[in-house]
Amino acid sequence: MSEVTLNLANFEQEVLKSSDLVLVDFWAEWCGPCKMMGPILEDLAKDLANKQVKIAKCNVDENNDLAQKYEIMSIPAFKVFKNGQVVEEWVGAIAKDSLKQKIEKLL
Amino acid sequence: MPEVFDLIIIGGGPAGLTAGLYASRRQLKNLILTKDIGGQASTTNYVENYPGFESIGGFELMQKFQKQAEKFGSIFKYEEVANVENAKNKFIIKTTANNQYEAFALILAFGKTPSNLNVPGEKEFTGKGVSYCATCDGPLFKNKIVAIIGGGNAALESAQYLASLAKKVYLIHRREEFRGDEILVERIKSLKNVEILLSCVVNQIKGDKFVREIELKNVKTDEITNLKVDGVFVEIGHTVNAQPIKEIIKTNENNEIIIDSECQTSVTGIFAAGDVTDNKFKQIVISAGEGAKAALSAYKYIQKIKGFKEPIFDWGKK
Repeated sequence: MSEVTLNLANFEQEVLKSSDLVLVDFWAEWCGPCKMMGPILEDLAKDLANKQVKIAKCNVDENNDLAQKYEIMSIPAFKVFKNGQVVEEWVGAIAKDSLKQKIEKLL
Repeated sequence: MPEVFDLIIIGGGPAGLTAGLYASRRQLKNLILTKDIGGQASTTNYVENYPGFESIGGFELMQKFQKQAEKFGSIFKYEEVANVENAKNKFIIKTTANNQYEAFALILAFGKTPSNLNVPGEKEFTGKGVSYCATCDGPLFKNKIVAIIGGGNAALESAQYLASLAKKVYLIHRREEFRGDEILVERIKSLKNVEILLSCVVNQIKGDKFVREIELKNVKTDEITNLKVDGVFVEIGHTVNAQPIKEIIKTNENNEIIIDSECQTSVTGIFAAGDVTDNKFKQIVISAGEGAKAALSAYKYIQKIKGFKEPIFDWGKK
């Protein structure tokens, strides 16, 4: 399990073509609740270290095109991709166990 | 077997983190159970009234609080409390992650969460145009039409901020007058792209995939109007969500936990601090102070439970 920084150039390779389940965290520097999720995602990454899950972060400020493509209107926004498709999504800061449950259900 | 602690602190905002720091320095084995770090303080862009920091990001300040508590021994678990049981001289906490923890004493410091409008469409369109954080989502509504619901300082500040980004801002308040600072009201009134609609409530939020329209009712004339908007920012204040603890603890009419001057609640062994309490002022510096008080009170209580002599603090007389 690794944490990846996404941009327009690597999005296809890292997310759409990935064989892992990919959790994408759409965030921005100006957003407090997004930053609050930082340590929670780090902690989650440790818990899921030996699972087929990738955690990826997409800065909506630097990646306007991706934010528009995925119709992000509220951040933090989370989308889970499986075989290139969005299989789960939600917005807003979320507790670690709820996050973990959502992901484990999809594995 | 549940993990056993001296003290469990519920909430990781200014009050909870400071309580952790103080408890750790008294060598209490303490656990901080929290959904996030910093709570409401973390969502503030800049804090300019915490002494010692002329200006610092809300989350950055809260991270400093956390690091300091951790350095002295606080343990953190990112879990939500599902149930609190008051057993004899101890409390048993079950979390939604299905873990169990035990402690001699508790400090409740889980703060407040944003209030909902509770109108049709609100839940359905959350994240699809409905937002509870103007600083987070404002930049995603550049050159769009937005409505802000509310009449306090938070609503006024959001209106001022969104007016700098959006094409048009409607500020909608159910009363005849705003409740926020006069200086902010004057500023809002002078902004050309802000339209103020007073004595109006939102009946419904409508749309397809995203928000398209809101239905308003004038509470004086009962007149119904529809406004085309792309976004709705809800800024109608915060409420205490005390669900897991409500059965056992006394709260006031605002659902705030009632405490005495030493942060003691209506239940022996349970203390509370910060915005979750009936303390009238909701400020980071005050919550931090209250958190320290709650930890010292809990320390005193735990020493007694363990059969040690009651501590005499060096500033007090017995």
